[in-house]
Amino acid sequence: MDMNRREFLQILAIASAGGFMLHNNESHAAGNAARMYDLPRHGNVSLLHITDSHAQLNPMYFREPEINLGVGAMSGKPPHLVGNALLKHFGVKPGSPEAHAYTSLNYIDAARTYGKVGGFAHLATLVKQIRASRPGALLLDGGDTWQGSGQALWSKGQDMIDACLELGVDVMTMHFECMYGAQRIKEVEEGQLSGKMDVVAQNVKTADFGDAVFKPYVIREINKVPVAIIGQAFPYSTIANPRYFVPDWSYGIQEENLQLVIDEARKKGAQVVVLLSHNGMDVDLKLASRVSGLDAILGGHTHDGIPAPIPVKNRGGTTLVTNAGSNGKFLGVLDFEVKAGKVASFRYKLLPVFANLLTADANMTALMQRHRAPYESKLSEKLATTDGLLYRRGNFNGSFDQLILDAMMKEKDAPIAFSPGFRWGTSLLPGSTITMDDVLNQTAITYPYSTVTEMSGEQIKTVLEDVCDNLFNPDPYYQQGGDMVRVGGLEYTCEPGAAMGKRIQDMRLNGKPLDASKTYKVAGWAPVTEAARDRGGEPIWDVVARHLRNEKVVKVTAPNVPKLKGVAGNPGMI
Amino acid sequence: MTNRAELETINMERRNALKTGGGLGLLTMFGLFGLLHSRAALAEWNKTAFSSKSMDEALTALNAASPENSADAIKLTVPEIAENGSVVPVTVVCNLPKVEQISIFVDKNPNVLAATFTIPQGTEGLVTTRVKMGQTANVVALVKADGKFYRTAREVKVTAGGCGG
Repeated sequence: MDMNRREFLQILAIASAGGFMLHNNESHAAGNAARMYDLPRHGNVSLLHITDSHAQLNPMYFREPEINLGVGAMSGKPPHLVGNALLKHFGVKPGSPEAHAYTSLNYIDAARTYGKVGGFAHLATLVKQIRASRPGALLLDGGDTWQGSGQALWSKGQDMIDACLELGVDVMTMHFECMYGAQRIKEVEEGQLSGKMDVVAQNVKTADFGDAVFKPYVIREINKVPVAIIGQAFPYSTIANPRYFVPDWSYGIQEENLQLVIDEARKKGAQVVVLLSHNGMDVDLKLASRVSGLDAILGGHTHDGIPAPIPVKNRGGTTLVTNAGSNGKFLGVLDFEVKAGKVASFRYKLLPVFANLLTADANMTALMQRHRAPYESKLSEKLATTDGLLYRRGNFNGSFDQLILDAMMKEKDAPIAFSPGFRWGTSLLPGSTITMDDVLNQTAITYPYSTVTEMSGEQIKTVLEDVCDNLFNPDPYYQQGGDMVRVGGLEYTCEPGAAMGKRIQDMRLNGKPLDASKTYKVAGWAPVTEAARDRGGEPIWDVVARHLRNEKVVKVTAPNVPKLKGVAGNPGMI
Repeated sequence: MTNRAELETINMERRNALKTGGGLGLLTMFGLFGLLHSRAALAEWNKTAFSSKSMDEALTALNAASPENSADAIKLTVPEIAENGSVVPVTVVCNLPKVEQISIFVDKNPNVLAATFTIPQGTEGLVTTRVKMGQTANVVALVKADGKFYRTAREVKVTAGGCGG
């Protein structure tokens, strides 16, 4: 740890002397770095929270969005703040390591300075350190943990299951976990996790009679205080993802049922009640205003690294809403002081996991190596290098998605391509080698089929409008939490604040307006229908890998993004 | 809710009973359909209401031209986004005294009236069923209680899916 830390501080000092950042002087930087994880305990009930790590066991780079627009009542409010607007709102010092963790500002230089983030071996050290000062603390996993890498895909999440057990996760809920199939998650829940980790979801029911599929909640004692953790799986798992993986289960937000579950947990004596949620932050903020009796919603899905909880008033009092980012980049620490049977005060910190500031835990490292070994040769294949930054996150497109679109258009000889608006997927700095591992970090899903479809101009508009409404519907309950479908070849204008059917305007292909009745060849991937599964298109990672082997050097260009209307000055974009 | 565990147990028993006695269950259901098609039931079939193409037309046919809007009197439970437009679960609960009739509409379906239930005296005002929806639309619940009509509506989105997460 000393070596790592010394190196880190040295880099800070050099960077500082170079003048492009960050602190006024070296000693200030050193002080900050040393204090980063020195978090005094508050109160008697502590909950540690990870979410959406998307199977990133190794430290990596992850660039936060420079555009995350909020519309209607959500405009200009967290989580729809980026860059300096976010720093200012939460009082984070510009140029600090935290500012780098929470924003995309000065990304490449800052990423080179601070190094990689996340990594389960480093996270394990941090969890142990925080737990040591907080006896009885529980570690909660908000889901989207078992999916997101080639290794996780091929082992059906086994590497992540073992890593979470090693990390000491106590309670989890889910999203992509269900995309290994209903049988897989039930078999793991009832087998390997039994007696060690609870899988909770109040909003997953059998489709026929509405019977509970998982425990809606558990009550665990922390320092003799009964704490209820209610689970909320991703409500739109059967809509945003293929229903055929969980054909007999029904999801949804199920607000009324949640209220019943909260009331029941309170009646059973829970003094603290929290929702471990995979709703997405906008949905959580609305939900918090409509149900009562929750002390906090520990949220994920939308991958928002939000430095402080948002207090939401409701008829029962106030509920804190958090969101703990993605890719293993953060550890949320929520401390409650519980007095006379209820929460008297709280403290919250979203700790960035800087791999250079933490030693790798030996047991976790060994576990990771064991799981990596069978796939090492396949994953480490060098496909190409990139001359620029590759990233995904952002409302409309990212350079890594543009690369996927370019690969599809070229390999499938299609003038237009669609790529899903996933928010997971790591970043690569300029000059990096692109390996098969990196490609799978963007594409590793259980429905990776590439598709080529003849679509009319009208159908193309319908698809874009439909996805855009999932992102910008003014009522959060109708949002599905992904970003806009990435579009290759086709230019268009988008007005996020317009009504559904009117947001997508002026679609053009090669400068000519798209003809509503004419047919166009559209390449895509990640179809949700059974028919597409049965057709079995080539996995997208093979398409991208072939393209990269041919290209050898990726020349990164500005991603194709729509012209935006009506959002000038919105603090959700830089 | 005091006894969720007990309810779960009952649900499981019901499921097992249906699994093992599937044939019998089916027969019972046919029996019910038979009952519905009895002369008495057919006499009450409101053909005009069920063929209505618009909400106004359907409400008039049910003698409910201007029902009172009340989300308080009627609890309508629907998903925000349909998992499958062919079978969208709808539950209507009304705790007003003397509920006589509960109707469910989908305002953009070709025939807007999906179902009408006659609630016998002394019966709890609760129905649950599934409706088919071809596109995003409002699901409307209409309740007749003590001779007076009440309505409430909620939008259910029917979407192509994909691209989430």
